[in-house]
Amino acid sequence: MNASRPSLGSALWDGFASLRLTIVLLLLLAATSILGTLIPQNEAPATYRAIFGDTGYRFFRALDLFDMYHSWWFQILVLLLAVNLIVCSAERISRQWALLAGKLPPPEPRRFEGVEARMTFEAPQDPAALAALFEPLIRRRVGRVEGRGTETGGRFLFAESGRWSRWGVYAVHGSVLLLLLGGLIGSRFGFDGFVNIPEGETVQTIQLRNTGERIRLPFAIRCESFQVSFYPSGAPSEFRSRLVILEEGREVLRRDILVNDPLEYRGITIYQSSYGTLPGREVRLSFTSRDTGMVYTREMKPGDEFAIPEGLGTFVLLDQRPNASFRGSPVGDAFVGRLVPPQGEPVEVLLPIRFPTFDRMRRGEVVIAVEEVKQRYSTGLQVNRDPGVPVVYAGFVLMLIGCYVTFFRSHRQVGLRLEPHGGGSRVSLAMTANKNRLALPPAVERLAQELRRLCNV
Amino acid sequence: MTSSILLSATTWIYGLAAFLYVAAWVFHRRRLEAPATGAAAVGLAANTAGFFLRWAESYRLGMGHAPLSNLYESLVFFAGMIILVHLVVERRSGSRVIGAFSAPFAFLALAYASLSPNISDRIQPLIPALKSNWLIAHVVTCFVGYAAFAVAFGVSLMYLLRTRRAAPGRLAARLPEPPLLDEWTHRLVVFGFLFLTAGIITGAVWANTAWGRYWGWDPKETWSLITWFVYATLLHARLVSGWRGRRIAVLSLVGFGAVLFTYFGVNLLPGLHSYQSPG
Ligand code: HEM
Repeated sequence: MNASRPSLGSALWDGFASLRLTIVLLLLLAATSILGTLIPQNEAPATYRAIFGDTGYRFFRALDLFDMYHSWWFQILVLLLAVNLIVCSAERISRQWALLAGKLPPPEPRRFEGVEARMTFEAPQDPAALAALFEPLIRRRVGRVEGRGTETGGRFLFAESGRWSRWGVYAVHGSVLLLLLGGLIGSRFGFDGFVNIPEGETVQTIQLRNTGERIRLPFAIRCESFQVSFYPSGAPSEFRSRLVILEEGREVLRRDILVNDPLEYRGITIYQSSYGTLPGREVRLSFTSRDTGMVYTREMKPGDEFAIPEGLGTFVLLDQRPNASFRGSPVGDAFVGRLVPPQGEPVEVLLPIRFPTFDRMRRGEVVIAVEEVKQRYSTGLQVNRDPGVPVVYAGFVLMLIGCYVTFFRSHRQVGLRLEPHGGGSRVSLAMTANKNRLALPPAVERLAQELRRLCNV
Repeated sequence: MTSSILLSATTWIYGLAAFLYVAAWVFHRRRLEAPATGAAAVGLAANTAGFFLRWAESYRLGMGHAPLSNLYESLVFFAGMIILVHLVVERRSGSRVIGAFSAPFAFLALAYASLSPNISDRIQPLIPALKSNWLIAHVVTCFVGYAAFAVAFGVSLMYLLRTRRAAPGRLAARLPEPPLLDEWTHRLVVFGFLFLTAGIITGAVWANTAWGRYWGWDPKETWSLITWFVYATLLHARLVSGWRGRRIAVLSLVGFGAVLFTYFGVNLLPGLHSYQSPG
């Protein structure tokens, strides 16, 4: 093989390890992301045709621009970034392994000769005495001290701190991978659905947002009640659903949920997301006796039975009938019931909500009317399963810690050379760091001052 | 409402500070610099007091929420953070000229908040989705980050003026040395990046508790990510490719453009980020 021509594999590897690719990818992701904010996403085809015309619509759709963050080309960009990140990190970690793992021998005194952050002073003690004097302070201020003799009969002390901070940048890069992994897990193994439950009812299936498919949950959800409260201005202040979770008909959990306080059960999370109003099922009915003129009222829901005083018979509320009609004319939402008079045949009674005097036409012993229909709500729930969330949250934590460490911690190395000079020694203190070098000169000055105080100069 | 009076006073104090900083630079009157810093500090005190008073007032009105819930309140907080970041930079860099390029932003933010007819300064009750402690964490982290980016923008602008190839005028020559400006651009971007990261993360956690999704590609979210990409590019270009000076300064200007668009421009786009509707 020709040594001057790299193999395809290693050329690819180098390409993916390159930071130029990173910069290109980051800028491309930024630039293309803009498109998705200019073009409304996931609208109906008709909306797009109205905006872009037919040709424009077909052109944009071919490029997946109407759901671009899930398009193949956007995902390829993200995938390339992930590969870039993995290769680049693997390459650097393997190159720096000895340093990262703390396996490098202490550097030669020579390494500290040219550094900018340095101070030199003279002390009356000899190098060995100084080394013993300085060691505890340097251990406290920097870290474990390694000492050795120099060719010129002096001593060289070395200490370092914050070597671990070199891992920070890998934590940041690893966290980006965790976020991508979490997102992938969520989209492969999770679902995102919704369901509307009228108060008092129980459901076990929900509808998926993206496909519209209905799926069955491993438990049932009952909405006991829904409450909405308002500010004096009329803006809503709180939505609260009282939910019950049932497994095989048995109640296993009962809890209220609010907009920022969802309920989680068996890995599925239920969020308050909207509400609607329904014609109520509970009514207050009035029964007016034709003979005495007495009015009796009663709150009833379908199935309830009422023995009307004065021996006027028994009334059973049967059902609600949306958009009822009477002899072919629509009378709107109504209730129906059955009246069993003391004598004679039971009669069916129709009670349109909008016409309280409707039952007079029946000319019976008792006139029944709807006084009030209790407002009934349905709660709109978002029902999700996203097993990727813990991974994503771990990525969030790692990213914050990693950023803090890479930005504000550094790996510092201190070299202290003690050479015989006259009767005493000449002390040179030097410091290096992998970043924030501007902070070094003052740090060297502070440490030098403390050292001088120790040897009284 | 006392807080409103205090906050309009703050606007004019920031205006005075900005004027003094600019005058000190343009007319080369070093004597004006100390009063400029003084005005900025007094303004910050008034801004802070106004912020907390408004918080207390919202309790008295029976709502009781941190004043971080609409455009007006976020601008008030933003202005305060710009001045705070600026004062720290001024102290640590030893250069007061920077004020001429950062105090005006605080003034503009507050002036826009008080004078724009589209922005109401009424204390409004929180809609259910905004009732979350994550809201506070999200807005605070985002705006600390934005403030650092705003000051970085000012410093980068100074860098570009200072190093203009066409004969730098006397005004430009009075700006700090380019390496100092380059260094402070970088430090501010690093600081802002940390907070922007935290802001995006707290926003994601909040969205997940409120709506069951930590990321939904709505325009506001997307633009904050775009901003993040731009600054991430800057950090890599500087650290790994060794970019310095002009190119970094230009990226910092682009980044702040993205910040402004995330903040204001997104309202012009289709889509919704409930919190951002002006009002
Ligand atoms: C969204 C993706 C990325 C993010 C958020 C990110 C973030 C960061 C951060 C915050 C730093 C520290 C910068 C500083 O200290 O000023 C950094 C450094 C670095 N990044 Fe990335 N990065 C990303 C992608 C990549 C990729 C794909 C590569 C692959 C080439 C890469 C290579 C590096 C290198 C080599 C360093 C310098 C490490 C050092 O010597 O300290 N980054 N990155």
